Amino acid sequence: MIQPLDRWQLAVLGAAALAVDPAGLHGMTIRDRAGPVRDTLLDLVTKSLDRPVHRLPADASPAALGGGIDLGATLREGRQVTSQGLLDRATGALLIVPMAERLDSNIAAFIAGAYDWPDPPVLVLLDEGAEADEVPPRVLTERLSISVSLEGLSHRDAPMPDWGTTDIEAARRHLMTGIADGEAPETLARLAAAMGITSVRAPLLALRLTRVIAALEEADEIGESHIAAATALCLAPRAVMMPSIEDNTEDAPPPPPPDEDQDAEKAPDQQTQDGPMDDRVLEAVAAVLPDLHLAASRRGGSGGGGGAGQRKRSVTHGRPLVSRPGNPADRRLDVYASLVAAAPWQPVRRRTAPDREGLIVRPDDLRVLEFERPAESVLIFLVDASGSQAAARMAEAKGAVELMLSEAYRRREKVALIAFRGTSADLVLPPTRSLLQAKRRLAVLPGGGPTPLAAALVAGRALASQIRRGGATPYLIVLTDGRGNIALSGEPGRAEAADDQLRTARAIAAEGITAVLIDTANRPQADAKTLAAAMGAEYLPLPRADAHQINKLVRSSVAA
Amino acid sequence: MKTPFPFSAIVGQDEMKHALMVAAVDPSVGGILVFGDRGTGKSTAVRALAALLPPISARPDCPYNSQKGDVVPGRDPDAKEPKAVKIPTPMVDLPLGATQDRLVGTLDLERALSTGEKRFEPGLLARANRGFLYIDEVNLLEDHLVDLLLDVAASGENVVEREGLSVRHPARFVLVGSGNPEEGELRPQLLDRFGLSVEIGSPETIDDRVEVIRRRDRFDRDPDGFLSDWMDEEEAAQKRIEAARKSVGKVDTPNAVIEAAARLCQALGSDGLRGELTLIRAARATAALDRRRKVKIEDLKRIAAPALRHRLRRDPLDETGSTARIERAIGEVLGS
Repeated sequence: MIQPLDRWQLAVLGAAALAVDPAGLHGMTIRDRAGPVRDTLLDLVTKSLDRPVHRLPADASPAALGGGIDLGATLREGRQVTSQGLLDRATGALLIVPMAERLDSNIAAFIAGAYDWPDPPVLVLLDEGAEADEVPPRVLTERLSISVSLEGLSHRDAPMPDWGTTDIEAARRHLMTGIADGEAPETLARLAAAMGITSVRAPLLALRLTRVIAALEEADEIGESHIAAATALCLAPRAVMMPSIEDNTEDAPPPPPPDEDQDAEKAPDQQTQDGPMDDRVLEAVAAVLPDLHLAASRRGGSGGGGGAGQRKRSVTHGRPLVSRPGNPADRRLDVYASLVAAAPWQPVRRRTAPDREGLIVRPDDLRVLEFERPAESVLIFLVDASGSQAAARMAEAKGAVELMLSEAYRRREKVALIAFRGTSADLVLPPTRSLLQAKRRLAVLPGGGPTPLAAALVAGRALASQIRRGGATPYLIVLTDGRGNIALSGEPGRAEAADDQLRTARAIAAEGITAVLIDTANRPQADAKTLAAAMGAEYLPLPRADAHQINKLVRSSVAA
Repeated sequence: MKTPFPFSAIVGQDEMKHALMVAAVDPSVGGILVFGDRGTGKSTAVRALAALLPPISARPDCPYNSQKGDVVPGRDPDAKEPKAVKIPTPMVDLPLGATQDRLVGTLDLERALSTGEKRFEPGLLARANRGFLYIDEVNLLEDHLVDLLLDVAASGENVVEREGLSVRHPARFVLVGSGNPEEGELRPQLLDRFGLSVEIGSPETIDDRVEVIRRRDRFDRDPDGFLSDWMDEEEAAQKRIEAARKSVGKVDTPNAVIEAAARLCQALGSDGLRGELTLIRAARATAALDRRRKVKIEDLKRIAAPALRHRLRRDPLDETGSTARIERAIGEVLGS
């Protein structure tokens, strides 16, 4: 039995490991709101790393990161002066990214590029995401070996550990002496595969982390507890699925033993030992991270964050159309273009105004930027997966989603799908533009059971409002017969359910969210019609809904 | 840039490695699109190939890496031409945040401010001339930049007509774009303009995964030792590419092969000129890499999937992947 660490001990272990081998481990993601526990850990990381600390400003642009024209100096000196970007200054330093879950995907890709160069910054991503799919861009988390969650920990659970710089230096020296890997590479590769992690970078980082953890204990050989700790810190947070402990050996057959004599001899019983070894590691991991399974399932194939255009939210961000002459009072000044416009005239202007110093800029040199507003729309499908027709209805809805996505790149659209059955409504497909992700996520959808239509409308409304706050336009497409039988309280009962449905529907109408209700019952239903009217939605009876028809109806009614 | 991982030491990924070598032998095949999940070694392979390629000879003062001096901007025609030197094959990264100015070049602001002289400051396209231009996460790149890149890549020339400048300079490079399909898809118009498209996944067996981890780990800990272990393989691969580059122009393409290529494209409904042409060029480079002087049907079969899979019309309700459709068509048209 491997002695499991609690979450705080695990986080502290991660901080120590990062201090020992910052160049090999690259950094850590800390998921927690701002608070004393996070501050303690961040303090620990900062002190034990002993490097210059830089914080990424919230409004950092690629230009600020990569350097560019220093405007003030350029104007003062009359020649082009460039400034060093934040990333250059952060070479070999500690770079803290606050609110990493809101980081723009371009900026994230830019920072990730630093890992192709020597001496990249050690990165600490502060993930303050509230929702399950509010996560930092994968392009960064992918490269960092450690990820910890401090959510829900009290500062009383988080004592400052008693190790110091001497321990770190000792571990560093021990790491240099070489630690025997044993079966660690195979075990980690198997565990990663069983967790559905496709990236090879993950087990590679996990292997390095395992060695560092062993070095912290001054062990000469990697042991199971080291593998377990590294799995909890590095692999488990990336898990797409959680292997069930009994049959994980089937998913990932143990490799044939390497062709060394002694191994060939003990090959048979080694095979039988592989399973239990993986199991012991997984049990230890599950003991620290009980919500692991949940985290894995909701993270699904891709994880949110970093999607193209996900966070475009204002007219000042988007594809810059052109910079044209104009008045900067009501637009954003394109400084660079204005300088370029003014530059060739300087010698002439200086001759006509010999007393003036510096750059002579006239109003007609000024250029302003115009942006194309990303008129992105998100189609939210609310699909009734209850009752006997569930399978057919789901299949057609799924087909319609895929048809729409196959056209999505032409139309700046995303599609999301909420399925409801039993007592809950689940966001099966978070807003995405990727056909591949939709196919993966929608591959297995259970059906049957009662109809929590009211809960589905609440979920749809919440998602629609969230999308609207993000600057895009949501559309609700409800596929149902309108006969919900589970009230918002979760209790069965048609009358109460109908009440809740109508109330939510009116709220949707009041918010002005465009909606369509596609009645999938065999004969048009009065319930569905009433619901559509309350929602201010167009009512479309479609008894034998098929994917192409749904697609056509939605196209002609909402996204016109 | 960090020392690149040796090309020959990449485990598996045969299709991607072959496609990259084909493009290195005959750049007219067009760009390469590499689609795959994160952490599957897309960037590693591209950087490895650039490091493997033989050095080119270029003038030290030429921003376009050219051999001749007549295109060097602002050159005094009477000055003596400096001697060409050997430089590594250019490998230019296009950062995602890059502006159009940075890419195509722009007015030399310093000169314009101080002397009023309008001079062109070359951009990344100039630096990539005669080499590779690599875009990671190409599906996140702004559309207008992708359009521009593909246009330049196809014409081999960068034409700048803005800010009172009128400049054209050579920009012949192999465009390599990589991306993660989960981040979104590329427009079909764009897909079609890449010559080859490869899909890579993580190694399927645990053994292969362990081998990848071991090699990479060893490389990270001791790059020099690792490189010297792979020196022989690297040199052999480099010679193979060099020889194929010399012989590819002399490779004979029998009529039977050209007809077979046409029939294959027809069967797949992708019988535009571009697909067919790429298919034949890539088959020719494949034969040259195999040290042969004649293209065989086998070469077509080998390169058909990367040359055609991104040009097929897609029916989202048809679950059959494009690769499977191509294999089926190969079986029907060319026999297995």
